[in-house]
Amino acid sequence: MAEQNDSLVQVRDLYKRFSISGDFLDQLQFKGGKITRHQEYVHAINGVSLDVMPGEALCVVGESGCGKSTVARTVMGLLTPTAGQISYRGERIDNLSDKQMLPYRKKMQMIFQNPYASLNPRMTIMETLQEPIRFHNPSMTLTEVKDKIAEVMLSVGVDPSWGERYSHEFSGGQRQRISIARALAVDPEFIVADEPISALDVSIQAQVLNLMMDAQEQRNLTYLFITHDLSVVEHFGTRVAVMYLGTLCELAPTKQLFSSPRHPYTQALMSAIPRLEDDRPDYIKLSGEVPTPVNLPSGCVFHGRCPHANERCKQEIPVLTLLDDGTQVACHGVEENRL
Amino acid sequence: MPLLEVNNLEVCFGLRSGAVKALRNVSFTLERGERLGIVGESGAGKSVLGFSIINLLSRPGRISSGNVHFEGYDLAHLAPEELRSIRGNRISMIFQDPMMTLNPVLTIGTQMVECLLAHRKISVVDAKRIALKKLQQVQIPSPEKRLDQYPHELSGGMRQRIVIAIGLLLDPDIIIADEPTTALDVTIQAEIMDLMLNLCEQNNVALILITHDLGVVSQVTQRMLVMYAGRIIEQGPTKEVINDAQHPYTQGLMNALPQMAIPGQKLNQIKGTMPPLQRIPKGCSFNPRCEYVMDICEQKLPSFTESGNCQVACHMVAESKQDELLGNEV
Amino acid sequence: MAESTQNMEQHPTALQRFKASHFWHSFKIDRVAQFSFLIFLTYAILAISASFIAPFDPYDASQIDIMNSEIPPSWQEEGEEDFILGTDAQGRDMLSTILYGTRVSLMIGLCAVALQALLGIVIGLTAGYIGGRVDSFLMRIADIQLSFSTLMVAIIVLAVFQATFGTELYQQLAMIMLILVIGIAEWPQYARTIRASVLAEKKKEYVDAARVMGFGRLRIMFRHILPNTLSPILVISTVQIANAIISEASLSFLGLGMPVSQPSLGSLISSGFEYIFSGAWWITVIPGVVLIVLVLVMNLLGDWMRDVLNPKLYKG
Repeated sequence: MAEQNDSLVQVRDLYKRFSISGDFLDQLQFKGGKITRHQEYVHAINGVSLDVMPGEALCVVGESGCGKSTVARTVMGLLTPTAGQISYRGERIDNLSDKQMLPYRKKMQMIFQNPYASLNPRMTIMETLQEPIRFHNPSMTLTEVKDKIAEVMLSVGVDPSWGERYSHEFSGGQRQRISIARALAVDPEFIVADEPISALDVSIQAQVLNLMMDAQEQRNLTYLFITHDLSVVEHFGTRVAVMYLGTLCELAPTKQLFSSPRHPYTQALMSAIPRLEDDRPDYIKLSGEVPTPVNLPSGCVFHGRCPHANERCKQEIPVLTLLDDGTQVACHGVEENRL
Repeated sequence: MPLLEVNNLEVCFGLRSGAVKALRNVSFTLERGERLGIVGESGAGKSVLGFSIINLLSRPGRISSGNVHFEGYDLAHLAPEELRSIRGNRISMIFQDPMMTLNPVLTIGTQMVECLLAHRKISVVDAKRIALKKLQQVQIPSPEKRLDQYPHELSGGMRQRIVIAIGLLLDPDIIIADEPTTALDVTIQAEIMDLMLNLCEQNNVALILITHDLGVVSQVTQRMLVMYAGRIIEQGPTKEVINDAQHPYTQGLMNALPQMAIPGQKLNQIKGTMPPLQRIPKGCSFNPRCEYVMDICEQKLPSFTESGNCQVACHMVAESKQDELLGNEV
Repeated sequence: MAESTQNMEQHPTALQRFKASHFWHSFKIDRVAQFSFLIFLTYAILAISASFIAPFDPYDASQIDIMNSEIPPSWQEEGEEDFILGTDAQGRDMLSTILYGTRVSLMIGLCAVALQALLGIVIGLTAGYIGGRVDSFLMRIADIQLSFSTLMVAIIVLAVFQATFGTELYQQLAMIMLILVIGIAEWPQYARTIRASVLAEKKKEYVDAARVMGFGRLRIMFRHILPNTLSPILVISTVQIANAIISEASLSFLGLGMPVSQPSLGSLISSGFEYIFSGAWWITVIPGVVLIVLVLVMNLLGDWMRDVLNPKLYKG
């Protein structure tokens, strides 16, 4: 059973790995006169624990391949976790059947990254919005459904008279609004947004972010916001979780994180944001490349690129510990007061 | 005399629904060793501009008028063979996707040597030596090993470094980089941008950086152009444009950045979207989205007004400058 | 109620949408496609109205006179005005027989392809969407099915059927048997094509969005994914109709197809083959040309459609 607390969504010790060895036949290898079965995995998430509090916007930040999208998709039940638990209001939801999951589908919704792929090209906007409403509210009359559609379309700033059009007639920003409308159509309380603005232009990004903030205020939403863009996080997030190679490095309230980042990776990441004010970038240079998640490094996953790594970092996996200022950091250096 | 001079460049795309002008009346200059940023949202025509400088537009696009002067040549009206000797040789191009430049079935070394031999009369051994030197310049770990590797064996950041090395191979005068770091992570992006900046400074190479990222432009370039709907609407020294943008669109773009807003507050958004090229409004193309729109904006296309060291195409700026002048005279 | 009125409103816009589409535009500029479509349309109209426009009814024994056998086409010296394309060995009017034969061939082709499509779509969608072991299992069956050539399967099945149930029953059921055999033998083509495009569509986020909504598998497969795989289905259908017509013709030529009393184009060709060296070339050659032209235009249409609907070849 999940421990009781007042979090809306609770993720505990989540692990997710993907097999990359193909079929059973592809896995067989001939070695030293024997046929052995050999399997390789991508370790996308390695022991992530998170709590999403009601009403907050928890941002998960990291570079490509760090597992942040996998976290989002696992929370939404699009992927089954290899190990670990996901609970919604204290009820475990990661092991439910499709049918048992239905009541949660109404409460948890998702906004996707690519506005060009997230709307069905063969459906009109009306059909796209109508289907979820009728599916989850079979007792609603047609007029009620129509009213509901008009309401969500207006709330995302899309003219309801466009309903008969197909998605390809809209620009990227408008499509993302329609995507948001679809998510809002079933009156969810929790929304997972997987890089919702990274495919959009700067001026449109601002529109969509504002829209999401309005929706949060009016509908009392909770967000799990996945992004690679730290400058968006600073603006949008209540708390920030920084991920690297499938593990959580640091989890802190936004202000705290931006004023005093503790983990060396967070520090490097923040210094790399191109800002308007600075004259010349003065960023912390990380040596080397991100290791592949197929063969994870021993100890702290960041030790190969960390300027402060020592012997202990290479051997022992650091655990997320709560500091006095409310920051949670997984770093031996911070723990030992070296940093 | 500037290294590159673009005069009244117009690019047309002949589409089924009729000809569409992707670039209108674009003029700018580039000095030797200068770093110029071209900023705009998707559809503003910034990539088309990059391609048309080296006359690399593919059908149905074509340069319909204007010229591009480079060392006494007009690249817009040059025979294909002569163009080829300039392209890659004197002006090289870096794309967003490194795989547009790299051939997946050839080793890095083969590609670099081939590129050198195509433009220079040197031996293979010399070509290899130059290739190795360039790889060292882009700070790739163990460059000797990379020569024998295939592009798919390298990470995205590494590939982009190779592409930069190939771009530098023939010691060009100009590098045109079209969103070179958009596909990369921030930490890698910072490294690559720093590298490009240093290389351009050391080798006195001019850089045309095409990007949508104002942060990158502000850190790398000396001068910048802001494009909107196929036109340049503001140009000037980067610092001046960034710190004191004159055109309402540039201001809006700057203010829309999350870092310009108070955390937790709403962002300052520009309403609406950029019009598609077929439906550019009359007068100033930004007028339907502009907060300060005046009657004249819907009627007449604004011409450039000098404002400090910047040129701005905006009626409002023009008026306020005129008022200033009159005020001074009185 | 409200939905039907909605459709009424939508109808003109759907037509306008079609007129503005890339599909219609490419058709307008492609002479070959227009020409092929025109010929196909002619075939279809002639075949449908065969019983009205044919001068004789070849199925009606009372209209056949054995004395009229092997009359050459009317433009030849010995030809007769009544029989424009001559008669066959049994004295049937060639023109009428060809019209009826085209109807039989087209009917078999369309129905067999409809059956193939039904099987292929269901199996391809299931394999592609569910994936894993189900996918491996279904695709291995498809591989096995493909390794028997259509003709081989058809010959065995039809021959066994004829031997077991006698020729009389076979002649009654010939058309249905041919449709079943050709339809079942060629579903893997469909299944593979559809599976491939389902795999591509499945990765798109609109499918994830539908899953997040909690929609069931069947709903996602048929309502969300299937409409997006229609382009390859359309392309493959055109080519498959041509293939099915050829298969039927080949089987009939081998004597395993349509009986002589209800000839298809294939059995006509076959029945005239014995007389080709005795000078009665028209019995074989004329239906042969008709068949070749039909298959050719189907293939041309298929090729054109492949060019238009394949987004990889799409040139803006």
